[in-house]
Amino acid sequence: MSAMSPVLETRRLCKSFGALTVADNIDFRLESGARHALIGPNGAGKTTLVNMLTGVLAPSSGQVVLGGEDVTKVAQAARVKRGLGRTFQINALFRGLPVLDNVALAVAERRGVAHRMLRSANAHTEVRDESMDLLATLGLASEAGQRILDLPYGKQRLVEIAIALGLKPKVLLLDEPAAGVPSLESGRILEVLDNLPKDIAILIIEHDMDLVFRFARRITVLVQGEVLVEGGAEEIANDRRVHQVYLGEQHHA
Amino acid sequence: MSAHAGGYSADPGIRRIEWLPWVVALAAFFLLPEYLSLGARILIYILYALSLDLIVGYAGIITLGHSAYFGLGAYVAGILAAKAGITDPLVQLVAAAAAGAVLGIATGAIILRTRALTLLMLTLAITSVLLEVANKATNLTGGADGLSGVVVAPVLGMFKFDIFGKTAYLYCFIVLLLGWWLARRIIYSPFGTALTGLRENSLRMHAIGAPVYWRLVLVYTISATLAGIAGGLLTRTNQFVGLNVLSFESAGELLVMLILGGVGRLYGAFIGPVVYLIAQDLLAKQFPEYWYFGIGTMLVLVVMFARGGILGIIDGILIRLRRRP
Repeated sequence: MSAMSPVLETRRLCKSFGALTVADNIDFRLESGARHALIGPNGAGKTTLVNMLTGVLAPSSGQVVLGGEDVTKVAQAARVKRGLGRTFQINALFRGLPVLDNVALAVAERRGVAHRMLRSANAHTEVRDESMDLLATLGLASEAGQRILDLPYGKQRLVEIAIALGLKPKVLLLDEPAAGVPSLESGRILEVLDNLPKDIAILIIEHDMDLVFRFARRITVLVQGEVLVEGGAEEIANDRRVHQVYLGEQHHA
Repeated sequence: MSAHAGGYSADPGIRRIEWLPWVVALAAFFLLPEYLSLGARILIYILYALSLDLIVGYAGIITLGHSAYFGLGAYVAGILAAKAGITDPLVQLVAAAAAGAVLGIATGAIILRTRALTLLMLTLAITSVLLEVANKATNLTGGADGLSGVVVAPVLGMFKFDIFGKTAYLYCFIVLLLGWWLARRIIYSPFGTALTGLRENSLRMHAIGAPVYWRLVLVYTISATLAGIAGGLLTRTNQFVGLNVLSFESAGELLVMLILGGVGRLYGAFIGPVVYLIAQDLLAKQFPEYWYFGIGTMLVLVVMFARGGILGIIDGILIRLRRRP
């Protein structure tokens, strides 16, 4: 794989539910180390696209290519093993478990020790230490022992990211990482996003335009299942069509 | 006693309080010789409940069909003894375990592709099918009359099963001890932590690359094996197998015991059968028609006010006591 080839790519990707087309011939490329945003009005098909990328949903036609290999038929778990991580718009955490175990579960899966039965989890210090280090970099070290359901929502959003980072992904899909977080607290999330390892290719799905333009260098605009336009952040900010279908809508709202 | 949740920061060492059930069980052996058959039954049901707790409490698989594996184990042990002349109790037990395992993996591989209500109905279907098979295969199982004539040789050729149930009690005690050790080991292992992950959020387990289906099939098979062993033990002590071991009521009763004791706490599986079976023994003699009303009331109270079961209530009291200066 050359440095220029995309780490994640879709080729003529289509998905329809009966007569309803939710993805229409999507050609999309995520370059290595990218800071790429996927935006579009509600119902544009952003979540559908993410679900096809991760393998939750099978496309009607077209291909998903991960690291140069066609993974269209590859199951979700196997795509994760190939370096595709994601976070969820609505928290998908292990609510009854401590923060540490939330991350350690992902670390253990990546290290291939999660099925072991003979030694205690506690004795797998390499998993615990790595998880603690990761929590520390996100400023969550002091909350490691707290259960998720005792944690403030803003910090839960950080754990959402921490779990994905525990997989050491090459490609990370962030589904509205700041969703539901009051703007006062979203600064912390932005800070974390800014400090993510530079070699991870990141695709962020986001509604908050401030966040999108602060974070992303490249933007794809999805409208009614089709790519309306793709380009550099500035290009998109000045695109009249984008203003009409998306940004304009926000100004009226 | 605290909930045994496992996990990467949980100390897997056996706490002093965890020896309490074993001390009590041994004390009962010496102090209550006239209750040993009830005692053995309780030990068996603890093992049975423990097997259920692994899948319900830890992995989050809801089932009303666990009696299938328990009943199969009981019948396999019984048929070996009564029809095939294999009277060695250890061989019977291994056969019961193997039968539980084979049925566990075969049925688990099918039903664990489904979830929630579909899964619940399928577990019910499995016991119902097995019950009907046992009912019809009268030359093997004795059908509705039950399977009698279960002959048992001494354990290891040395320890005869006496009419007072001493050997049977100790036999069950040792098997339960091994089963407990295994279950505890699993709960505190990475695998056990991954199981709690499945219970808490299977969607996320998929998203972190876990082979969710295989994990479920594996724990289901382990659980079915333990249930098969418990069934084999029951045949051992009863020297009789009735159709009721396979019934949906038996699976439901087991679930009630586990919920009473506390789900997903390891020792809830100990407390539930003790309370339930002793209450049954005491109350059923005096109020044969009404005793279940008491159990029902207790269940309603526990489900409504103490989701952690009796063990959860004890934990809550202990935590409050410790906080007090």
